Amino acid sequence: MILALVVVPLVGALVTFLVPKDSVRPWFVAVAAAIHTAITFTAAATSPSGTLADWLGLDAFGRVVLMVVSSLFLVCAVYSIGYLRVRAERPNRIFCTSLLIFLTTTTTVILAQHLTVMWVAMEGTTLTTALLLYFNQNRRSLEATWKYLMIGSVGIALALLGTLFMAYAALIGLGDPTLVFPDLVRRASHLSQPWVRAAFVFLFVGYGTKMGLAPMHTWKPDAYGEAPGVVGALLAGGLTSCAFFALMRIYMIVVAAGQGDFARELLVAFGLVSMGTAAALMVRQRDFKRLLAYSSVEHMGILALGIGIGGLATYGALLHIINNALTKAALFLAAGNIHRAFKSKRLEDVTGAMRRLPVSGGLFLAGFFAITGSPPFGPFISELLILIGAVNAHRYGIAAAYLTLLFIVFVGMGHTVLAVVQGTPPEDAEGIHYRESLLKTLPIVASLAVVVLMGVWIPAPLARLLHEAVRLLGG
Amino acid sequence: MPNIADPILIVLLLTNFFILGTANLRASIRAVALQGILLSILPLQIESQATIRLVLLVLVTMVIKGFLIPMMLLKALRDVHIRHEIEPYLGFVPSLLLCVAGTGLALLFSDHLPLAAADRGSMFVPASLATLLAGFLVLTTRRKAISQVTGYLMLENGIYVFGLLLYQAMVVEVGILLDLLVGIFVMGIVLNHIQREFSSLDTERLSRLREER
Repeated sequence: MILALVVVPLVGALVTFLVPKDSVRPWFVAVAAAIHTAITFTAAATSPSGTLADWLGLDAFGRVVLMVVSSLFLVCAVYSIGYLRVRAERPNRIFCTSLLIFLTTTTTVILAQHLTVMWVAMEGTTLTTALLLYFNQNRRSLEATWKYLMIGSVGIALALLGTLFMAYAALIGLGDPTLVFPDLVRRASHLSQPWVRAAFVFLFVGYGTKMGLAPMHTWKPDAYGEAPGVVGALLAGGLTSCAFFALMRIYMIVVAAGQGDFARELLVAFGLVSMGTAAALMVRQRDFKRLLAYSSVEHMGILALGIGIGGLATYGALLHIINNALTKAALFLAAGNIHRAFKSKRLEDVTGAMRRLPVSGGLFLAGFFAITGSPPFGPFISELLILIGAVNAHRYGIAAAYLTLLFIVFVGMGHTVLAVVQGTPPEDAEGIHYRESLLKTLPIVASLAVVVLMGVWIPAPLARLLHEAVRLLGG
Repeated sequence: MPNIADPILIVLLLTNFFILGTANLRASIRAVALQGILLSILPLQIESQATIRLVLLVLVTMVIKGFLIPMMLLKALRDVHIRHEIEPYLGFVPSLLLCVAGTGLALLFSDHLPLAAADRGSMFVPASLATLLAGFLVLTTRRKAISQVTGYLMLENGIYVFGLLLYQAMVVEVGILLDLLVGIFVMGIVLNHIQREFSSLDTERLSRLREER
């Protein structure tokens, strides 16, 4: 069953590549995505054993993140049927194939029980994402792709060095350079401590670059700004969650090795810096897609901060992975529709989205309230739990900084979002013929519905999984 | 077998200095190719028996790092008719001095690292760290996209040297080679497009996307 999670999207990618017609290809992506989601949820409900000499496996934390990534991908796959119909002038063979390879590689990151396998899969996500970013094939998207590729590759190179350091820690401490994850956790106390610390620093910078934590976030606004909305959704919800997951794998080893305090201090520091950087750049932001990119930086900061605080905040951070991913998907997809309808993503040209596109405009506004932590949406609960966690741990300074930054983001983001949705749309806009369709709005409604659900009721099996995952993270 | 590793690693350090000091892009690509060939014969020092794995590792590394990628870069260079790195963000002399200082520190620092008994006093760790640092310098201080790829390759070379310390862990070099092959392949394609779109490989032109205040 575990193997099927990797094989299904891979075979799907192959089939999609061979389909000759642009108009039917997106349907294959959606079907493969639906099968993947079905297997994921079955796998999460039962507990399948690992395969491939135990190089692939699924623990509680993995199940949570895999459910998020798989559902998010399904939402995006359905949306892209409608999106690619609008963009019929562009050939989509590479795009559709890359989408499914993206699903294959992200799934492999989550399943990997061997640090090298995880790293190779992470590298794979970098390469497929570069192809997705370049969909529009113009100068601006080329520039964004180049920046992403350079910064991402350097990050991934540093992560490789960190992985090698971890193997060296095992070589010195255990006499055998193992990189098998359960092995490392079990025998972590014998690892060479200085090398474990060095490994964590490099892996933190490496996978932190992929997450987009400040100050390694510089690729993010360009990439999210120039990519189609659906790619933005996949990156902000899927790729970043995956990178966070990879970092947490390393964190588990470091905690087991007895270096938890060191790691948590690093996470808190980078978490706050990311939130601060994002807040500063979100105030008076004139480009609503870049605004969402900085929001992604902010929420990666919140995840890091939550784990760094520990205790109840760990639970909050894990819950926030789900909330952030689905809310980001809704925001990016709605923003994509608005971008198409106004043929611009800057405030000078975009006003009155609510009138031009009642559904997408409304959902964009709702997504804004959700992501900034307003009740009754899910992020309210998870952000509150992180705050309570900080207070419980008597870290009042951090709690105060966290609240202040959340408030600044709310005001800054609100200013831009309200400017987009309110007012009257300009008469002369080119995209005046753009119509909303069910395929492009229903996926947004679906993901926001789950976000609302997470705000009022967390299903018992999910809560159990989350608690088990918290235990794995030593919280 | 005589110790070939130390002389090879010393030449590696010298090529780092050369790349940082030269404005000639063709020469720096050739120097990176030389680095690749030098690194590819290093495993011979570690493993004395001629296993299939060893032979394959040497050959594949040599072909990819020593020939395939440098030739691709040289071709890209020919197509755009550029020869020199002009006005790097940091001058050649200061960046060279930084590299010398970094290499010195790497040599001193490695003595204090908790290394496995077999690796103590060997050049592997300091050479790896120094090459990493030199690669990072090229990557951050040069303007041309091709120079940046050169820097990235040096970074990879530094990591490769460290990876050789973990020769027993089979998967290590698989990861490195995959990264090189595919990473550079995609970078090559993008380079090609940059050149077609902007008719130049100057990343300075890639400056439309920034915060406007």
